[in-house]
Amino acid sequence: MSLIQDFSKGIWKENAVFKLLLGMCPVLAVTTSAENGLGMGLATTFVLVCSNIVVAMLRKLIPSKVRIPAFIIVIASFVTVVQLSMEAWVYDLYQALGIFIPLIVVNCLILGRAEAFASKNPVSRAVFDGFGMGLGFTLALFVLGAVRELFGSGAILGFNLFGAGYQPMLLMILPPGAFITLGLLLAAMNKYEAKRS
Amino acid sequence: MKDIGRLLIALTLIAAGAGLILSLVEGVTREPIKEQRRIQMLKALSAVLPEFDNSPDTDIVVLESGVDKKGNPIQVTFYRGRQAEQLVGTAFKVVAPDGYSGNIEVMIGVKPDETLQAIEILAHAETPGLGSKITESWFKELFKNKGLDNADWRVKKDGGEFDQITGATISPRAIVGAIQKGLTFYRDHKQEIVAAQGAQK
Repeated sequence: MSLIQDFSKGIWKENAVFKLLLGMCPVLAVTTSAENGLGMGLATTFVLVCSNIVVAMLRKLIPSKVRIPAFIIVIASFVTVVQLSMEAWVYDLYQALGIFIPLIVVNCLILGRAEAFASKNPVSRAVFDGFGMGLGFTLALFVLGAVRELFGSGAILGFNLFGAGYQPMLLMILPPGAFITLGLLLAAMNKYEAKRS
Repeated sequence: MKDIGRLLIALTLIAAGAGLILSLVEGVTREPIKEQRRIQMLKALSAVLPEFDNSPDTDIVVLESGVDKKGNPIQVTFYRGRQAEQLVGTAFKVVAPDGYSGNIEVMIGVKPDETLQAIEILAHAETPGLGSKITESWFKELFKNKGLDNADWRVKKDGGEFDQITGATISPRAIVGAIQKGLTFYRDHKQEIVAAQGAQK
């Protein structure tokens, strides 16, 4: 497989959210607006790429018996780096995402890629895999957040689209809205895939 | 179990490396984070105090307002705003424990005549679109110039004078109750709050 394929499989064919249904906790919880989804996606991407690099670099040094704790230490360190940086430089987003930043540690997407890909492949491939998976995750969160924000508050990225007369569908930014939106998106994608094959 | 030493060394080295990186990052971000928190605090203070020319975040008095469920003392910090050395207002945080979902933290600014200058919602987890309307300015405006003596501290539904929010009575009721408690505490301890010398000017 080429590096391009390592990269592109994460965006559609093995999309973490839409195809593998991994990391559902942040997916459902923080996508109340497009901006939150984007911020969470980018933070996760950063952690994923960094941990993939380090895990791939150390893959021959880490004894396989303690690989999971070793991966978790690496991931937790990068998450803390993200958390400190966000609090220092993008405080508003830090407040909006709240507890879900530290919880990136337990996002199974990241540990999954470390275990299934980075620990068996050279650094170059792990980087492309991390970027691809991360962008796929970000894209999914952004789409989900945008749909929910559009119906739930009549805006996208804070720009009002429907005018002042629009009565927001509150349900969409409450937890049930996350499940409904994700379900409908999955159904649409499956339909599309079924038609193509 | 022969290789347990190797496992120990590998994990120790990784943890040590992680610790090193984290201490570097913490060092770089410490000042910006401190500054961010100060800016947030000052923003909340300027929203609830009349115009001031000192730095209220350092002109403070700390009092104990009781004990929490575990028996630890609850401390309230009073931030005093001054204009030309004259006290123009005192800001402090009140917490409404009986919101619809979790605590509601409210910063209130009290003028020397014991009436409110303004309130600001610092943190809440009320239902988006219903209870969360407590952060809208029309609701916060309701409290302007209100004090213990010139207002009936209940929501309209309970026979008082504060408009509740359609579909959400619990959140405003919690806030009205918390502010009333805060104002009572202020009145009871006014001497200590106003007269005490802060940590620094």
